[in-house]
Amino acid sequence: MADIRNNFVGIKSPNPFWLASAPPTDKAYNVERAYKAGWGGVVWKTLGEEGPPVVNVNGPRYGAIWGADRRLLGLNNIELITDRQLQLNLQEMKQVKKNWPDRALIASIMVPCEEASWKAILPLVEETGADGIELNFGCPHGMSERGMGAAVGQVPEYIEMVVRWCKQYTRMPVITKLTPNVTDIRKPARAAHAGGTDAVSLINTVNSITSVNLDTFSPEPSIDGKGSHGGYCGPAVKPMALHMVAEIARDPETRGLPISGIGGVTTWRDAAEFLALGAGNVQVCTAAMTYGFKVVQEMISGLSNWMDEKGHRSLDDIIGRATPNVTDWQYLNLNYIAKAHIDQDACIKCGRCHIACEDTSHQAITAMVDGARHFEVMEDECVGCNLCVNVCPVEGCITMVPLEVGALDQRTGKTVSPDYANWTTHPNNPMARQAAE
Amino acid sequence: MALSLYKEGIAGGRLSSEQYAENFSDLHPPLDHHEALVEADRCYFCYDAPCMNACPTAIDIPMFIREIATGNPLGSAKTIFDQNILGGMCARVCPTETLCEEACVRETAEGKPVQIGRLQRYATDVAMEEGKQFYQRAKATGRKIAVVGAGPAGLAAAHRLARHGHEVTVLEARPKSGGLNEYGIAAYKSTDEFAQAEVDYVTAIGGIAIENGKALGRDYQLSDLVKTYDAVFLGMGLGGVNALRADGEDANGVANAVDFISELRQASDLAGLPVGRRVVVIGGGMTAIDAAVQSKLLGAEEVTICYRRGQEHMNASEFEQDLAAANGVTIRHWMQPKRVIAEGGKVSGIELEYTALDGDKLKGTGETLTLVVDQVFKAIGQSFVPVALNGSGAAIELEGGRIKVDGEGRTSMAKVWAGGDCVVDGREDLTVAAVAAGRDAAESIHRTLIG
Repeated sequence: MADIRNNFVGIKSPNPFWLASAPPTDKAYNVERAYKAGWGGVVWKTLGEEGPPVVNVNGPRYGAIWGADRRLLGLNNIELITDRQLQLNLQEMKQVKKNWPDRALIASIMVPCEEASWKAILPLVEETGADGIELNFGCPHGMSERGMGAAVGQVPEYIEMVVRWCKQYTRMPVITKLTPNVTDIRKPARAAHAGGTDAVSLINTVNSITSVNLDTFSPEPSIDGKGSHGGYCGPAVKPMALHMVAEIARDPETRGLPISGIGGVTTWRDAAEFLALGAGNVQVCTAAMTYGFKVVQEMISGLSNWMDEKGHRSLDDIIGRATPNVTDWQYLNLNYIAKAHIDQDACIKCGRCHIACEDTSHQAITAMVDGARHFEVMEDECVGCNLCVNVCPVEGCITMVPLEVGALDQRTGKTVSPDYANWTTHPNNPMARQAAE
Repeated sequence: MALSLYKEGIAGGRLSSEQYAENFSDLHPPLDHHEALVEADRCYFCYDAPCMNACPTAIDIPMFIREIATGNPLGSAKTIFDQNILGGMCARVCPTETLCEEACVRETAEGKPVQIGRLQRYATDVAMEEGKQFYQRAKATGRKIAVVGAGPAGLAAAHRLARHGHEVTVLEARPKSGGLNEYGIAAYKSTDEFAQAEVDYVTAIGGIAIENGKALGRDYQLSDLVKTYDAVFLGMGLGGVNALRADGEDANGVANAVDFISELRQASDLAGLPVGRRVVVIGGGMTAIDAAVQSKLLGAEEVTICYRRGQEHMNASEFEQDLAAANGVTIRHWMQPKRVIAEGGKVSGIELEYTALDGDKLKGTGETLTLVVDQVFKAIGQSFVPVALNGSGAAIELEGGRIKVDGEGRTSMAKVWAGGDCVVDGREDLTVAAVAAGRDAAESIHRTLIG
């Protein structure tokens, strides 16, 4: 049985599944329900400084996009940080931590970008017995207009400065949560690293407008006919999050910096992928908000069963295993040649592979053979683009089959070379380096 | 209640009025908005979709389903009506399980096709309930065209001709229009006077005058039409019913299934419609199923379909056979009627002979079985009655007992086209096939008249 216990910057939890700072972690009631359901850790919804709490809109806070059968693919929100009294949150956190000592409890914090503010709140949080803090430098709406959240996360110098204060005023591990609303995620990560952060967590939500009401011409979610951008999350953002996690994991300047992976984790597979790209654990929100806390049980058993099946004994066996395989385009092997192959027994003859290829790609899939409806790859036209695989509704029906070394590529008339050769040495590349002798 | 249920002989009022209403309610209730969206989401939007190719009217099914899925039911209805102006009725009566839904790739993939028929009904219902008319007539051509028969073929032809700007007169022998949609389909497939509503919807385009009670050969002759009109479309269907060719079949209690179905459709009070306590239906097609199931729903205690060949030879689809079985109808195969037994002129039993294939030939085995029965329905096929045509003094070439037409629906007689069940054209005897024939003949007429 695989050991999925997690140790993230010294914070221990029975599994690597934490709930991200968000509405599901708003108060003791939810957090205790989450722990009961099996969540390994919780990042308490972001605390603000003492004083009158923030106010939220009283209309809709969420917008969404859906896939087939109205399956929620992306969720956007304009909710702010906690709208409860700081003292109430702190009391509850202290009690919850006492009740659940084996679970991770992290406090997410967002206070004005002034040293005094951070200095004031950190001891209060430390007193609850929380295992660590997460700096909310990601919230892209509302708070950012007040110089907090993403407004800090988009300026590396501010990140470094605030992280330094935190490291100075608390003994708790510091996790810096990054906004994806930047052009190069490595810059804020490097700044957090320079400030001495123990870890980064990413991604926070993406600036977004989910839809426009075509009757009222208001963006959604609509508050009295107006809308503002919200933060986008859920399965739709996972690819962007994976990319950003990988960029930080493989950046020489931040290599080894612990990462808590966030962004569209919905199943154990998503979690395993984040871990493989270098995340030390994952945080989940939208899946829980869509289906309830129980989903963690599928994540736990799925991850554990997969690890058993593959012979991975602990999380350390998988964390970062895919990171070395993330490279730049210029280093991809141009001598690797694959062709699509359609399993005729699995094919249901919907023809989507054909029309996708015919209309938009390389005209490499038949529609008719000997007068009968038949979809088959023409290897002399197939460039191996994988579009047909992606549009086929039957999983595993179309696969990409690599040509063996020495086999003839019917499209180019050349045989497959055993050598690795990439763009840097390609003759068409004016910047090509001389091949090594 | 039980007493009236088991009344001997052929009797009405076997059930309570609530039971009649329940039994003859919509067979496939309409999809509500949510159900339609869920179902529409299942469509893969196939290339050169097999469902579309399986549809005799070639409706662009993936497109109309996509239009439902994207909240555009009117666009969806137009996509349907572009190919099939009787798309509302076809959505109800098409044997989709042997047409579009059989071809659906989800049938291949998971044995559960997209419910195309019900989605088609959803979209067409939206448009028809709104009274949304999608077509405007072209500038008047001044051409006049006669259409014989206001059934699916005639209505489809009339609508298409009217669209092209021609003046259409539809001559219908029966008091109501709609043909088999009105008279020949089980009541639970077309509830709430839908056939009539559809006639109104089709004729709302304008330029179509329907004259009811006008029978060819009785009230007018084909030769008159050819003189008076620029073109004639014959869509009069099948007027004859095949005989059992069994002894005693003229006994009281032996009836044509089509007449029974028609009476039932026209009955204002189902309790007034008598049905036998024990009913035998002879035949293996949709008509046999419709008659048998409805007999059962009217309160018959025992209903048996006897078909002279095997299950695999039945014209009724598997779905229809299952429907009969689910309603308590017994289907017996390899059995043909030999003799209707009567007592005092009334049917009291039927002697059936077992059959078997001897090579390709079906033969009676000599072994017989006698069933006690009060009522026998004949449903062994209908035939074209050419008397009306021949009586006009004009010769129209027939083939296999029906009107011969070319690929465009032209008969051997100048200016005369034909389509639907009355012709032999390689299409099946289905509402949807008749619509296609009428529509295509109308295009041919238009091309011929206008060029």
